[in-house]
Amino acid sequence: MPVRPVAKRRGKPAQSGRALGNGKRLKVEDTARLAVTQPPRTTWPYSPAPEARDYIKLAPRYELFVGGKWLKPKSGRHFTSINPATEEVLTHVADASSADVDSAVRAARAAYEKYWRRCPGSERAKYLYRIARAITERSRELAVLESLDTGKPIRESRDFDIPLAAAHFFYYAGWADKLKWAFPNASPTPLGVAGQIIPWNFPLLMAAWKIAPALACGNTVVLKPAETTPLSALWLAEIIEQADLPPGVVNIITGGPQTGSALVRQPQVDKIAFTGSTEVGKEIARECARLRRRVTLELGGKAANIIFDDAPIDQAIEGVINGIFFNQGHVCCAGSRLLVQESVLDLVVRKLFRRMQTLRVGQPLDKNTDVGAINSKAQLEKISALADTGEAAGCTRYETKCMLPARGFWFRPTFFTGVSLSHRIAQEEIFGPVLSVITFRTPDEAVEKANNTRYGLSAGVWTDKGSKNFKIVSQLRAGVVWANTYNKFDPSSPFGGYKESGFGREGGVHGLLPYLER
Amino acid sequence: MAARVAVRKTHKLYIGGAFVRSESGRTFELSLHEQVFQVARATRKDVRDAVRAARTAWPSWRDRTAYNRGQIIYRLAEIIESRRDQFVETLRITGSPSGAAEKEVSAAIDRIVWYAGWCDKIEQLLSTKNPVGVHHFNVSSPEATGVVGVVAPTESGLIGLVSALIPVVCAGNCAVVIASERESLSAVAFAEAIATADVPAGVVNILTGYRSETVPTLASHMDVNALDLWIADEEQDAAAAQLACNNVKRVRRHGEPPQRFWFTDAAQGPGWIEAFMEIKTVWHPAGV
Repeated sequence: MPVRPVAKRRGKPAQSGRALGNGKRLKVEDTARLAVTQPPRTTWPYSPAPEARDYIKLAPRYELFVGGKWLKPKSGRHFTSINPATEEVLTHVADASSADVDSAVRAARAAYEKYWRRCPGSERAKYLYRIARAITERSRELAVLESLDTGKPIRESRDFDIPLAAAHFFYYAGWADKLKWAFPNASPTPLGVAGQIIPWNFPLLMAAWKIAPALACGNTVVLKPAETTPLSALWLAEIIEQADLPPGVVNIITGGPQTGSALVRQPQVDKIAFTGSTEVGKEIARECARLRRRVTLELGGKAANIIFDDAPIDQAIEGVINGIFFNQGHVCCAGSRLLVQESVLDLVVRKLFRRMQTLRVGQPLDKNTDVGAINSKAQLEKISALADTGEAAGCTRYETKCMLPARGFWFRPTFFTGVSLSHRIAQEEIFGPVLSVITFRTPDEAVEKANNTRYGLSAGVWTDKGSKNFKIVSQLRAGVVWANTYNKFDPSSPFGGYKESGFGREGGVHGLLPYLER
Repeated sequence: MAARVAVRKTHKLYIGGAFVRSESGRTFELSLHEQVFQVARATRKDVRDAVRAARTAWPSWRDRTAYNRGQIIYRLAEIIESRRDQFVETLRITGSPSGAAEKEVSAAIDRIVWYAGWCDKIEQLLSTKNPVGVHHFNVSSPEATGVVGVVAPTESGLIGLVSALIPVVCAGNCAVVIASERESLSAVAFAEAIATADVPAGVVNILTGYRSETVPTLASHMDVNALDLWIADEEQDAAAAQLACNNVKRVRRHGEPPQRFWFTDAAQGPGWIEAFMEIKTVWHPAGV
């Protein structure tokens, strides 16, 4: 097969490469050349398979859901919500000012005193079951909406975000009338009003992670979804309205960072729960320390995904691909550092590169799409800038050769080899589809490198040797460890970080603790 | 014949299993009823040395069996019981009536024994096997947080220090303790008990000195994972809590309880251990 040299992007001279399948074992240098010269042979044209969106009827503007009513913001301002895959304006959403935050918290406080703290657990449970059911009933609509607003592939919103959000409500519904059995020798009571701030990567799912345990424990909530992805939370507000929850038990206010910080400072809030970046998390922690306010934080990560030479390599590659390219890498627990034992480096890099080429990057609503759009222009710029530091530091860059749509925000699935721990791409959370490959020789070195980070949210271990697996798992300083698997989630499974990845757990019986006084 | 002249003790810091003077060579004067004591005045550098000693000791302390940690903590109770006269006398020097001092030492010993028994039970109490909806084996269990800074209660000599510190090490953490200025003598006597109770070097480090000099360094230290603050001064407490956010420390703020608090059930519990543990969740596929 003739090899057509292709000029490498980023200005390096074109080189000739070697065709695949010639029986010779590839070395890393060969693969590096392949990265720039060889069109993938494992993909073929797909016909478009778009999910219909015609039954999503978006109103021109959306207001705040406060005290069971849809209120115009006192600020009088609305901001646009766009589809990051096309840059089209989807709708306009209310920008809550601190006066609006006050109203929402007052509504939550009133609902807490008047209805919710007096509502028996068995009745709270039934409200939550209603929400779980309604999410399932409207799952198709919610999946399309979520993909439109976030840029994530419909395959993921349909099969992951929406069903898991429903499952979360269903799981915590069952706890509402069983709290006295949850902890030994304790009589749990709710905290009051919980202020909750969630990120843009899994908007509906994060809303469910926050609202379901809070309500089950008898708190009322004010939830602020992220500025770029407010829509599914507004749909959830409608579901909650239709489920006839007492007015004010759940309040949903849209807005930007100002709205979030007003919520954190509002004097009548009893507890803050935040999921987002470590930088913002520290600011919130300081504010809560000043106010002596309870807080739980689920922050950033820089997870190590460790492949030992005795790992099931093909399964590991699937896990690595899922670990970093799931949801465009906009995942706090993404396996963004790949630690590979030196003896299998060539093999892993070759297989990883080939597998990465088969990823279909494109329209989120296409059912064949694996990797969708980057959530926002700002995030795209951040990812690009950090990836460029990898190249500037002398790391070798591999990326997919796929076509990218002309409009919207896109980034090719990318990995770097030759990365050392001091490189920015090995230390900073990129929050995009960029993987840093680092090598190690011994298990001790793997653990040392894996723990060499300020974060401690998650980690992955790939080895077929059981005793080694247990040992490594016990030495990793991370709140969630996936052994021979990655990015698995369940409402019954606690999730949360060590170190600068935050504190508090979401999911399982441990996920009740942030919303209770024992 | 002249009366025998007693041999007086030098009151030192306890860092990494050794009794050392402050690296600065400085002391502060502690003036009590009968005598004036010179007590080591820890500096910021001493705090950093103590944190390093704690971090170094941590992997081996964490990886010991819970049974072994329980035995060592029980041994500490044995040592204090055998030296109870010394502890009673020390408390008396700092102003406790002897009846109260007797009661306090007994309560401290009993509390240590109580926590010794928790070492190999807390994990079972807090662990779960989670019924996940995909074919995976999924368990959550607690682990030690790492290095914990304990700013000891100021008004209580022994029982406050013991009640704050023992659950921290029971969880498998290593601790850097900043002692009460007024109760420094009890803290030094306690360090001597630790040193002879087979507690490995570095697991517990005890610093005396001016808290206004040492607490900010401990609170802002990037290799400290959590803080247990018993600080009466609200300003100092608030400042420490702010600094703790630099690396997202887990912080418990208690203020200063009245002495009678330490003799109640509320002054101990598995929650005191749990506060300095992290829940780790592990997934593994189940299949053939």
